[in-house]
Amino acid sequence: MVNVYASIIPEANAVFDVEKIRTDFPILDISVGDKPLVYLDNAASSQMPRQVMDQLIHYQTTQHANINRAVHYLSEVATMEYEKARRKVQQFVNAREDREIIFTSGTTDSINLVMHGYGRKFIKAGDEIILTTLEHHSNIVPWQMLAEEKGAIIRVVPINDAGELDIETYEKLFNERTKFVGLIHVSNALGTINPIKSLISFARQHDVPVLIDGAQAAPHMAIDVQDLDCDFYVFSAHKLCGPTGIGMLYGKSSLLETMQPFKGGGDMIASVTFEKTTYAAIPHKFEAGTPPIAGAIGFGAAIDYLNSIGIEHIAAYEHELLNYATHCMMEIKGAKIIGTAAHKTAVLSFTLDGIHPHDIGTILNEDGIAVRTGHHCAQPVMEHFKVPATSRASFAFYNTKSEVEALIAGIRNVQKVFL
Amino acid sequence: MMNSKSLYQEVILDHNRKPRNYGTLDNPSHHATGHNPLCGDRLDIALHMQDDQINHIAFHGESCAICKASASMMTAAVKGKTRADTEILIQEFRDMATGKLDPAQPNHLGRLTVFSGIRDLPTRVKCAILPWHTLHAALNALTSVSTETDDDPMQAASVND
Ligand SMILES: Cc1ncc(COP(=O)(O)O)c(C=O)c1O
Repeated sequence: MVNVYASIIPEANAVFDVEKIRTDFPILDISVGDKPLVYLDNAASSQMPRQVMDQLIHYQTTQHANINRAVHYLSEVATMEYEKARRKVQQFVNAREDREIIFTSGTTDSINLVMHGYGRKFIKAGDEIILTTLEHHSNIVPWQMLAEEKGAIIRVVPINDAGELDIETYEKLFNERTKFVGLIHVSNALGTINPIKSLISFARQHDVPVLIDGAQAAPHMAIDVQDLDCDFYVFSAHKLCGPTGIGMLYGKSSLLETMQPFKGGGDMIASVTFEKTTYAAIPHKFEAGTPPIAGAIGFGAAIDYLNSIGIEHIAAYEHELLNYATHCMMEIKGAKIIGTAAHKTAVLSFTLDGIHPHDIGTILNEDGIAVRTGHHCAQPVMEHFKVPATSRASFAFYNTKSEVEALIAGIRNVQKVFL
Repeated sequence: MMNSKSLYQEVILDHNRKPRNYGTLDNPSHHATGHNPLCGDRLDIALHMQDDQINHIAFHGESCAICKASASMMTAAVKGKTRADTEILIQEFRDMATGKLDPAQPNHLGRLTVFSGIRDLPTRVKCAILPWHTLHAALNALTSVSTETDDDPMQAASVND
């Protein structure tokens, strides 16, 4: 096989030393059975570098206490660190103010917060909510629950056979009843990068608020919520080398202030009597109870880590990996790539003629190769392509060209088993 | 941890390639459809009972190799068996797949123990079990079963993103 990319990847290595980066990730050294791990399930959850673990240990060893409550030394340190993490997230997405960043337990929690806090207060019977075929179930189900409760209607933007949104239909769906738009920034099932800036700007002309599900975008490209002019932006830390159990919601302060709280409890109040409770100002209004303090600090450390590499270097390197993997996959007879959008992150969803995705996943696992098989919590996408499931390899900046080759060899082996 | 030996042994691959008793039956005395909505697997099983014995059995559907091979070997194993003996096999297969029965202990499974490695792959247990689940439903006059309903007697694992 003539390798047209051989000259490209070493060049990227000049600024991007993947072998050095890999030494930051202890888990990449484990074996599965007697095979070295090839971890290609980064879209589900990415791995944590030593730098983030060290920060977590440092926090638990020297800084931990509950926040916002006591006057003692540790509580003050922990509160400071927690708020420092909030400012790191703020800068990461270029929000205007740190109070526009709410810590949540993850993307799903953030979307549910907006559904309860904004949707249940402002969406009424007959109102329309625009979503897309590409949405993850977490940006479908909460809106269906709301629609059912309120008698609202969900309108869905279709996709073409490359897995790209039908922009013309999107624009036609808008009318005076349109009251909310939920858009996935990058498809987790296909890798499609949606042109959200123009989609947001169109919604803006109709004065409709837009929530962007950035779970698959934030780990792979620079995010600027002011430039995008979105109303809400959400993602999870665990897909960006941080811990599980923590994520973020960005909301424009003017909107957050008009919203009702999602959860009630301690830390979200200004005062409580049995006659009347007044709520705290944002962001605390939306952070009831003791938050995952260590999680937030790990989230901040993960952002520091990504920044130390440079998100644009990450994007460029992952793009080379995607090109190389796509090129190799196209040479495999009987393999079909699902999702061939012009703009993609390093996600390769595929099917093999006559072989069920679950068999592919299990046999690749026997070779130490971790891919995801299934519907990827995106059943409407599977329905469009008329497949029950796909296999998905999703790459991170610590993956290598030789791991792509291991995947390709693994796929050829799967085909051999079923010959 | 993983078996060094592949789950995809020749017996299983062979039954996947050339499934036994594949097709439909005219006028079955019992039948049922099984679904695994998580992976889209779907299986129809039909059988003929006479004098408390399974005379004929057939299956067809869309599924992964593990499910298809399990169905093929199951139909071969239960053909000619009584209802009571079949129920024993169903129970033993379920127990083996979920790790409750050690195939080294005395059992009636015979060649079906090639599926014993499935207990290390919780997300695939349902694939192997679906045909047995469906056969159990057919014998007990339930026409449709799913691996994802609340009354699923074999809740084994679920798959999440
Ligand atoms: C696009 C997208 N949205 C939402 C989610 C849900 O994220 P979480 O499970 O962290 O809440 C995911 C992750 O699976 C995702 O890929």
